Amino acid sequence: MPADRHAMSAGTEEAPASGHTAPPCVVEMRSITKTFLDVTANSNVTFSLREGEICALLGENGAGKTTLMNILFGYYAADSGEIRIGGEKVSFSSPKDAIACRIGMVHQHFTLVPSQTVLENVVVGSGGGKFFLDLSGARKKLLALQERFGLSVDPDAPVWTLPIGGQQKVEILKALYRDARILILDEPTAVLAPLETRELFATLRTLAAGGCSIIFISHKLYEVMEIADRVVVLTKGVLTAERKVSETSERELANLMVGRDLAEKKRPPRGTPGSPLLEIRGLTVKNDRNLEAVNDLSLDIRSGEILGMAGVSGNGQRELAEALFGLRKPVSGTISVNGMPLPPARPKASVESGMGRIPEDRMTTGLLLELSVEENLVLENHADFRSLGMLDHGAIGRHAERLISDFSIKTDGRTAKAQTLSGGNLQKIILARELSASPKVVVAAQPTRGLDVGAIEYVHWRILDARASGAAILLISEDLDEIFQLSDRIAVMYEGRIMGIADGGSASREQIGLWMSGVNEPCA
Amino acid sequence: MEQVFTITFITGLLAAMMRMATPIIFGTLGEILSERAGVLNLGIEGIMLMGAMTGFLTTLTTGSLWLGVAAAALVGALLALFMAFLAVYLGLSQHVSGLGITLFSTGLAMFIYRLSVGSPVNPPTVRPFTQAAVPFLSEIPVIGPAFFTQYTLVYWAFLLIPALWVLLYRTTWGLAIRTVGENPLAADTVGINVNLVRTLCLAGGGALMGIGGAFLTLAHQNMFLIDVVGGRGWISIAMVIFGNWDPARGAAGALIFGFLDALQLRLQGLGFDIPFHLFLLIPYLMTVVALVSVSRRAAAPAGLLKPYRREEKG
Repeated sequence: MPADRHAMSAGTEEAPASGHTAPPCVVEMRSITKTFLDVTANSNVTFSLREGEICALLGENGAGKTTLMNILFGYYAADSGEIRIGGEKVSFSSPKDAIACRIGMVHQHFTLVPSQTVLENVVVGSGGGKFFLDLSGARKKLLALQERFGLSVDPDAPVWTLPIGGQQKVEILKALYRDARILILDEPTAVLAPLETRELFATLRTLAAGGCSIIFISHKLYEVMEIADRVVVLTKGVLTAERKVSETSERELANLMVGRDLAEKKRPPRGTPGSPLLEIRGLTVKNDRNLEAVNDLSLDIRSGEILGMAGVSGNGQRELAEALFGLRKPVSGTISVNGMPLPPARPKASVESGMGRIPEDRMTTGLLLELSVEENLVLENHADFRSLGMLDHGAIGRHAERLISDFSIKTDGRTAKAQTLSGGNLQKIILARELSASPKVVVAAQPTRGLDVGAIEYVHWRILDARASGAAILLISEDLDEIFQLSDRIAVMYEGRIMGIADGGSASREQIGLWMSGVNEPCA
Repeated sequence: MEQVFTITFITGLLAAMMRMATPIIFGTLGEILSERAGVLNLGIEGIMLMGAMTGFLTTLTTGSLWLGVAAAALVGALLALFMAFLAVYLGLSQHVSGLGITLFSTGLAMFIYRLSVGSPVNPPTVRPFTQAAVPFLSEIPVIGPAFFTQYTLVYWAFLLIPALWVLLYRTTWGLAIRTVGENPLAADTVGINVNLVRTLCLAGGGALMGIGGAFLTLAHQNMFLIDVVGGRGWISIAMVIFGNWDPARGAAGALIFGFLDALQLRLQGLGFDIPFHLFLLIPYLMTVVALVSVSRRAAAPAGLLKPYRREEKG
């Protein structure tokens, strides 16, 4: 079936848009509008894709990139507008229809079944009306695809045993197995180590050279510049700009994306670090599968210092943070704040030691969404807001008013339920609660994940502010840009250990990237 | 004690084990089919009772045992479709919906039964299924009379075990069902209609539960009593967990339960000077012990209990 795929794309080169005769449009989306309740995700967007090209869809979080692509994939139905595939008008009511038009999509959060094998994950839903599973035939087809595109994964491995990069390969194979000619990738590099990213880009180039058309969703400018032929910018649901990558610059794209000139980022100078405030000695922590996630880890962070902990997700960062927060009992080792050892697995002790805790998942761990803003602001220290054993609502209210104005939290009032606030403002509630009491140590896990540029800037400013007032800060992040922007020292976590620590001012991306991939050699 | 372990005793014990296990096997397989697609059907106890009642009344009025079985399967499927409406399409809590179905069905079964036969001193009876010997196989000593001289529905139950296994692990439908149960989003993105799969699995599972109930009034006994199911639905739920959502292992659990149930009946007859209630307790006690020891390792389908909705912004 896939043997004659090259036929149509014989004359296509890697950068097709520059040819004399432009290749035909494979996708045309005209005047697409999509509204969720009262939020307009896409407004009158017109987008097209040519055969064999790699087109980047650039925009901030919430700009409507994923929604637009989910419409193309038949997952959402557009409120209005039309879609043409290969010139023919289509109307998708489910991904099934899109797959039939040879569209494949790799979602940002993989849609795999961890307990099933690679082969089962690839073939599910593609039986073509047959009743019995033909796994040996499917295996042959899968192995042929793997060989052709250099995507090697063991077909019989259960998916949960694969690293993130391997799981992504399964997702791509899943699309190719269904003969996808139009491949949508939603922030495919967000979870990858730099080495894996390079591998992915090589695969994408091979696919494009074979005539596959690719849409690449991203908000990372340097990646867009590296892989795409053309870039389309979405801002607040509206398509605002379109450029050939050869005719634009990272700086222009940044301005187009944010809609204003971003101040050139400068790292604020660090002061002289003081005495160590957070001391971790020989810490070993097990994960939910009872395997060692943090392995004999030791670390000192001094007053007035930010230590950035980089690493690909799943290398023990979550377990480290949970041990520090008092949510997970270490197997061995000690954690001391300001010279005082913390008793294991006692969240209250962590709070009382003067640790500001910014958890990875603000929705489930950091806040109680059913409670009001003011209640969330006193979650950790309601002992201070008691009179005669009852909550002193007057004092809680005054406290809340002050923090809402100090941290410019946008809310309908201090008694509004937390769930009515946006992601950025939820994070501000946590910042206000954790940072307003001048903590000695701040542990921030993925503090800007899922936030838009404005909110990210605010969080960064607050973290730097805490440093200025002498806190020792552990910043755990998968976002390398953030790590480089804020850290005085950069540590890389790999399989529960620290691969190395570099100076924040002079560290190279290459070195950090190698450490993240578990390679412990000096950079050439 | 010598007379206890005679050939006749063992044959009788094994034959009884098969009979006792059969309704639980039907229930367990029906529940596995539902749960592998991601829906816990706590309506099972009530659905089995409705199956028992419907099967009985149908046979009582038409005189046809097989029509009774068919009616029980149909009612089981219909009640499971009601469950699907609540838990799949409306996305309500599966616990609440299932318990609601059980309460509703229990009341309805009694209501229809009373409406049809009133409350006579001697409840009406049907002429139940008779055992059908399998040619040749039934002539093997011990094994023949124990396993191959049984009610037809017993053979059905045991043939259904490999059938469900093949369906789940060797067919495209089975892979779709398992994917829906583990990660409905993954199923949706490859074009599988999640809610349709769940609805069909619930209906199929409900039909099996209904037949399991009918076995009780058309073969095991020959009359309908309000407590005829007697917790066999709940035991089936336990067997699903015991069997780690695998048809063969779940059925093995049902057989062990059937064995203990048959054994305690016989122990009661030996005339020990202790209350017979203690013997009745044995299989249930063993169920608790087995569940506690096994369920720590049990891995439920990841999508179990979670309604699936597409249009959610995340």
